[in-house]
Amino acid sequence: MRRNHLSDESARVEHWPRDWPQNVHPAAWQNPRPASRYKLVVIGGGTAGLVAAHAAAALGAKVALVERHLLGGDCLNFGCVPSKTLLRSAHWVAHARDGERFGGVALDDARVDFTAVMERMRRVRARVSRNDSVQRLREAGVDLFFGAACFAGSDAVVVDGATLRFHKALIATGSRPVMPTVPGLVDAGYHTHESIFDLTELPRRLLVMGGGPLGCEFAQAFCRFGSHTIIAQDEPMFLPKEERDAAQMVSDSLARDGVEIHLNSEVVRVRTDGKRKLVDLVSDEVHSTVEVDEILTGIGRAPNVEAIGLEAAGVAYDHVNGVRVDDFLRSTNKNIYAAGDACLPHKFTHTADAAARIVVRNALFPGGQRWSRLTIPWCTYTDPSVAHVGLYVREARERRIPVKTFTILMHDVDRAIADGEEHGFVKIHVREGSDTILGATIVATRAGDMINEITLAMVAGIGLATLADVIHAYPTQSEAIKKAADACRRAQLTPALAWLARRWLAR
Amino acid sequence: MSTPFEQHDGDELLLDQIQRAAFDYFAVNTNRDNGLIADTSRADSPCSIAVVGFALSAYIVGVERGWMTRADAARRTLAALHFFYASDQSGSAQATGFKGFYYHFLDMRRGTRVWASELSMIDTALLIAGVLNAAVYFDAAASDERDIRELADALYRRVDWSWSRNGGDCVLHGWKPECGFLHYGWEGYSEGIILYTLGSGSPTHPLPESSFEAWTLTYQWEHLYGTDVLYAGPLFIHLYSHAWIDFRGIRDRFMREKRCDYFENTRRAICIQTEYAQRNPNGFVGYGDNAWGLTACEGPYARVMKIAGQQHGSFGYAARGAPHGPDDGTLAGWAAAASLPFAPETALAAVRSLWAADPAHDHLLASGFNPTLRGADHNDWISPGRFGLDQGIVLLMIENHRSGLIWRLMRDCPPLRVGLRRAGFRGGWL
Repeated sequence: MRRNHLSDESARVEHWPRDWPQNVHPAAWQNPRPASRYKLVVIGGGTAGLVAAHAAAALGAKVALVERHLLGGDCLNFGCVPSKTLLRSAHWVAHARDGERFGGVALDDARVDFTAVMERMRRVRARVSRNDSVQRLREAGVDLFFGAACFAGSDAVVVDGATLRFHKALIATGSRPVMPTVPGLVDAGYHTHESIFDLTELPRRLLVMGGGPLGCEFAQAFCRFGSHTIIAQDEPMFLPKEERDAAQMVSDSLARDGVEIHLNSEVVRVRTDGKRKLVDLVSDEVHSTVEVDEILTGIGRAPNVEAIGLEAAGVAYDHVNGVRVDDFLRSTNKNIYAAGDACLPHKFTHTADAAARIVVRNALFPGGQRWSRLTIPWCTYTDPSVAHVGLYVREARERRIPVKTFTILMHDVDRAIADGEEHGFVKIHVREGSDTILGATIVATRAGDMINEITLAMVAGIGLATLADVIHAYPTQSEAIKKAADACRRAQLTPALAWLARRWLAR
Repeated sequence: MSTPFEQHDGDELLLDQIQRAAFDYFAVNTNRDNGLIADTSRADSPCSIAVVGFALSAYIVGVERGWMTRADAARRTLAALHFFYASDQSGSAQATGFKGFYYHFLDMRRGTRVWASELSMIDTALLIAGVLNAAVYFDAAASDERDIRELADALYRRVDWSWSRNGGDCVLHGWKPECGFLHYGWEGYSEGIILYTLGSGSPTHPLPESSFEAWTLTYQWEHLYGTDVLYAGPLFIHLYSHAWIDFRGIRDRFMREKRCDYFENTRRAICIQTEYAQRNPNGFVGYGDNAWGLTACEGPYARVMKIAGQQHGSFGYAARGAPHGPDDGTLAGWAAAASLPFAPETALAAVRSLWAADPAHDHLLASGFNPTLRGADHNDWISPGRFGLDQGIVLLMIENHRSGLIWRLMRDCPPLRVGLRRAGFRGGWL
């Protein structure tokens, strides 16, 4: 969600394909006359809000959706869609420079047309925006209101002077980037992952603050485009939530690309000298200064819970974790639910989508579906990517679950060798003594696609050894999963079974 | 001692020569006034406290091998113990230590902190391992040997292991007077096992029993290249604690569950190293059955190598590992010699090959070598000089392979026995 108005954005960026604003916030939009009471009022037109509105309307519920700014929310406008489009361009640049490996000519001086890269991003975003469009909502029978929503009690929301009464409501207001409190940063100027898409020129030198998923993705992309990129992370590793081998591989990959890495380094002050930004870093009390042209911050996200009248609705919240919800995603007002970044620790588009479906189920029908039952994968789209689902080994061991990991190196997978994409692994964690999958981490070029097979197996209760019976098309990088499954099956061959097999074969 | 294997004629002489070469490092790169030992043989190298720990055990080997008199060994040992006992423990930026721990690097002459180094928990543990080793070995009634025992006991009792957790369960990596505790801890299987066991055995400031357990919760048991292993990439992790602790047959709770022990685990880690070298996914020059050893070592700094059209950078001094890397074509030959007790046939074949690779035996004894990066003379890139840690682990491990001396002595070390038991080890010689 954005706090600015579209007109402000329009003034800043002149090159939007025309159908993007037409899809996500038409200039001449007139809010409809409210119905007397809605079965469901959705606040926020990002992923969670749109999924819930469409799903509820498809079931026959009378639904209103209120959006403050742009339909599609963070994912479409400033998140997954534009960023992955940029990453694809960066990936191509890396391949072009690496052409000699594949029998071609290395484009050592490959110049990147950054304007064309950004135009492609906007075209892709405009095309994808059709899925989240005003038109589709209208066709679904959803009453769409643009404006700032505010609860006016436990069963009503006011937007643009109109009062929307509801039986149930969904808070899907999303989140926004956390603003670093570094002295001098605001005066020097900086970008978030939202404003970075407004760049019209490639920065010659870029500092990325934060080594989480977003920071690593952008650092690699801008380095590949040709920016001298520096990344400062205040912890000893990138991606601190991931397995250390995975984080190490990302670190190695960034280093190979030429990113200047400052781990264990805190940005303590930013100064300006003309157009230059001088950034002071401290690492274990060792001080250094780097000079850059632009700064990108990516240190986390905060839920949008302010100025929507949650107090009036009796909805408890805090500014760090957002709306307080139970396992059924119900807030402290039993008629009001929340989904997506506004309440969840996992701030992903796919978790917002899943949460929205649970809310529709729980708000409109008896019974209840629990959030904690979901199996949630995620992926950091660096090259190679890091994807994870389920438990980490440490989490399993802390719960006293005996865990064994079946590891396959991508350099043992024929297709990865053929593709020249051997950096990575598949690690699948099972309950020791069984083939029950507890979780998995994959580091591979297409780790985000590969993890889905593990997620499917976990949700369907399919053991790892059973995956050995699943024929995988050859040659594919997913064969790594098959190899792990084969290893798991071999491990199930107990000494007694091995003895029996030998006896049988020795007949 | 090691399992039986086929030893060639001349192998005993070869191992003797290697040990003697490693031993000479400690005899030469020392300040005999304060017993400090240089981190490397390079000019102006500071002292590394861990290398002093190795040196204290090296003297024992020297006496038993006839390369040093017992009196000389006792004199050198006492010099070091006296120095540390009397050192500035104020924790100031120019001190030697704090809370019984010591800064990682010290000025060779003054014994004060250099390079703004951290108060190092693991390096102090390695130092104390050597101190306790000396206390067991020097068991005579003579006054110098009695002094060694008393000083060793005092140094061990002074270490405030419990403080090093900063209130948490796991021991933290270090502390600096400028910024306090470094904000990362000993988590995941590492060489820290000797730190946890010695810390657990302390009669004065022990680690709580929850510490070792909390540490092992971060272990990863992996099926890798067809082998079940407690995973850690760099080979030194599987070697350092093992120089002093005979892990054969003793098991903590984790290893009981896995029906393995830390000795066997190191053997498996060596198998993974050789498997990786045979696969050699990056196509670096020279890798193979007799050239492996991805570990903490020095490689070339900021050099670019191109193999089959792909560029690779080099990492300088770094903890390289198998199979997940980092890997820049740099191998540590000494790791093969240090692996002798665990995988004697594999290690000895590599040792023979590396020893014969150059007249100065740099491939075996230097910190690292990189055959992918050859100089104008067409010779492999070689790390200059010698590193004390490498010589120490080579010397001690060959001795353990040949006679089991260090392990046998440390089996009689009360703090280690108590620490192992408190950490949950049972069985075997314990």
